[in-house]
Amino acid sequence: MNTTGILEFLTIFILAIFVGNEVVARVPSILHTPLMSGSNAIHGIVLVGAMIVLGTASGTAQLILGFFAVLLATLNIVGGFTVTDRMLEMFKAKPADNAARSKSGETEDGAK
Amino acid sequence: MIATVWRLEVIDLIYLAAAVCFIIALKGLSSPKQARNGNILAAAAAIVAVVATFFNPEADFGHHTTNLILALVAMVIGTVIAVPVARRVKMTAMPQLVAIFNGVGGGAAALISMVVFLQHSQLATKPAVYTIAEGLLGLLIGCVSFSGSAIAFAKLQELMTGRPITYPAQQVINGLVGVAIVALAVATLVTGSVTLMVVTAVLSLVLGVIFVLPIGGADVPVLISLLNSFTGLAVAASGFTLNNNLLIIAGTLVGASGILLTRLMSKAMGRSLANVLFSAFGSVVTAGGGADGTGETRQVKSGTPEDIGVLLAYARKVAIIPGYGLAVAQAQHTVRELADLLSERGVEVFYGIHPVAGRMPGHMNVLLAEANVPYDQLKEMDEANPEMATCDVALVVGANDTVNPAAKNTPGSPIYGMPIINADEAGTIVFLKRSMRPGFAGIDNDLLFDEKTTLLFGDAKDTLGKLVKAVEDS
Repeated sequence: MNTTGILEFLTIFILAIFVGNEVVARVPSILHTPLMSGSNAIHGIVLVGAMIVLGTASGTAQLILGFFAVLLATLNIVGGFTVTDRMLEMFKAKPADNAARSKSGETEDGAK
Repeated sequence: MIATVWRLEVIDLIYLAAAVCFIIALKGLSSPKQARNGNILAAAAAIVAVVATFFNPEADFGHHTTNLILALVAMVIGTVIAVPVARRVKMTAMPQLVAIFNGVGGGAAALISMVVFLQHSQLATKPAVYTIAEGLLGLLIGCVSFSGSAIAFAKLQELMTGRPITYPAQQVINGLVGVAIVALAVATLVTGSVTLMVVTAVLSLVLGVIFVLPIGGADVPVLISLLNSFTGLAVAASGFTLNNNLLIIAGTLVGASGILLTRLMSKAMGRSLANVLFSAFGSVVTAGGGADGTGETRQVKSGTPEDIGVLLAYARKVAIIPGYGLAVAQAQHTVRELADLLSERGVEVFYGIHPVAGRMPGHMNVLLAEANVPYDQLKEMDEANPEMATCDVALVVGANDTVNPAAKNTPGSPIYGMPIINADEAGTIVFLKRSMRPGFAGIDNDLLFDEKTTLLFGDAKDTLGKLVKAVEDS
C-alpha cells in the first residue's frame, strides 16, 4: 500500500516484457498451438487475484462479482492446463515409443 | 502482527517461485522435448500459488468464512465444468476452446477491477490516481478480451458466419468507440463514479465485439493469439492494482510472448498483423469471387478411387498435403492407414505441413500426432517444398488455400505473398474435396483446373477408405 511501490512494479513489468519475448523467440511452428494454449493457461493465474478480491469483498455486489471472478478464473486455469496437456500428450507418444524400441534394442545387444 | 508480516513474506516468496516456474515452463513449451514437462511444471506452480493464497493475509480468508465458502464453491463449479469440457472436446474444436478459456480469463480480470473499484469508492481517503488508472486499464482490456473471444468462439463454432462482417465507415466507428472509452475512463477516474465505471465496462464489451466482427476465416486463429495476449496484459494490470508480483510477471510474460507469437503467425500467412486486423480479408475476396463467376463453368477433371489407387500404388514418391478438410472428416487415422500401406509397398511417403494448415499454426501436427503418424514423415513447408518437384503424386486432402498458386503468381490476389506448399510442381496432383467450394479465403484455386490435376469428390474419410481398398487391390 506504499506509494513507492509503483516504480518497483514497473521495473518488474518491463523486465518481464523482455523475458516473454526472449523465451518464445525461437519456437518452431509445430508448437505454436500448444504454446498459445499453454500461455493461455498461465494467465489463468489471475485466479490468485480473484481469490484476493473475493476474500476481502463485502456487500452483495462485491461478493457476486468476486464469486464470478473466481469462477471464470478457475475455468481459465483448469481448462487451460488440461487442454494443453492433452495436446502435448500426443507429441509425447512417439519419442516414448522410440525410446522403448531403442531400449529393447540395447537389451538385445546386451544379450549377445 | 509480526506473524502476519512473516506470513506475507513467505507467501510472496511462494509467488516468486511460481513466477520463475512459469518462465521455465514457457521456455519448455517452446521446445518439442520439454513441452509437456513445461506445462506440468506450470500447472504444479499454479496449484501451489493458489493453495498459498488461502493463507494470504491480503485475502484474509481466516476472518471471512462466507467469502472462503464462496471461493471454494466457485472453484469447485469451475473445475467440474472445465475438466470434462477440456478432456472431451474434439481435437478439431481446439481453437474455439482456447478462445473461450482465454475469454473467461479476461472476464475474471475485468471483474477483479470492478470489485477493487467498488472497494476504493467506499474508502474515506481516495487512493492514488495511478492505482485507479491501473484498475480501469484492467477493466478495459479484460472486457475487450472477454467479448472479443466470445465472438471468435461463435465464429469458429459456426454459431455465426465465419466470414468478415463489414459495414460502412467501420474503422472510423470503431475508432470513435475507442476514443469514447478513453474519455469515459478519464471521467471515471476524475469523478470516481460507479455508474460511469459500469458504462465504460459496457462500452468496452461493445468494442471487443466490433473489433472482432470484420476479422474472419483463416485470420481468426491469429486473432485468438492476439486476444490471448490482451488477457495477459489485463492480468498484469490486475497485478498492478493488487500489488501482486506473480500476476504482473505471469500476465506480462503472456502479453509479450503472445504478441510475438501473433506476429509469427501472421508472418506464416505472408501478411502483416495490421493487415490481418484491419483489412477485412475475406470480404474483399468474396466480392472478387462473385464478380468473377467464371470459376464454376471451367472444366475440371474428376477421377474414380480405383484410378487414383493405381496411380498411388505405382508411384515412387507421394506427398500428402493435409488441410482442415481432413480434420473435419476425422480422416487422420484413415490417411495414416493409406500412407502405411503405400510405405509397405515401397512408396516413399511424406506429409507436407503448411504452417497454418488446420485452423491454428501447428494444429495439423497435433491432429496427425493424434493418429500416430511417424514424426519423421512430417515435413514442414520449408523442408517439403524442395522435394515437391521430385514427387510423382501430390495428394491434397481437404486443403485448398495452402496450395493455391495464386499466392505465387497472381499479384492482385488477396493471398498473394503467402508462402504455399508447391503442390503444382508434382507430376500429378490429386485433390480430395467435398465440393467445388473455395477454401477459407474464399478464392478460386487455379490448380483445380490444371491439366495435371484430378479431383476426387466426397467426404475425405470415405474417399480415403476407398483409396486404401483400391491400393490393396492393385
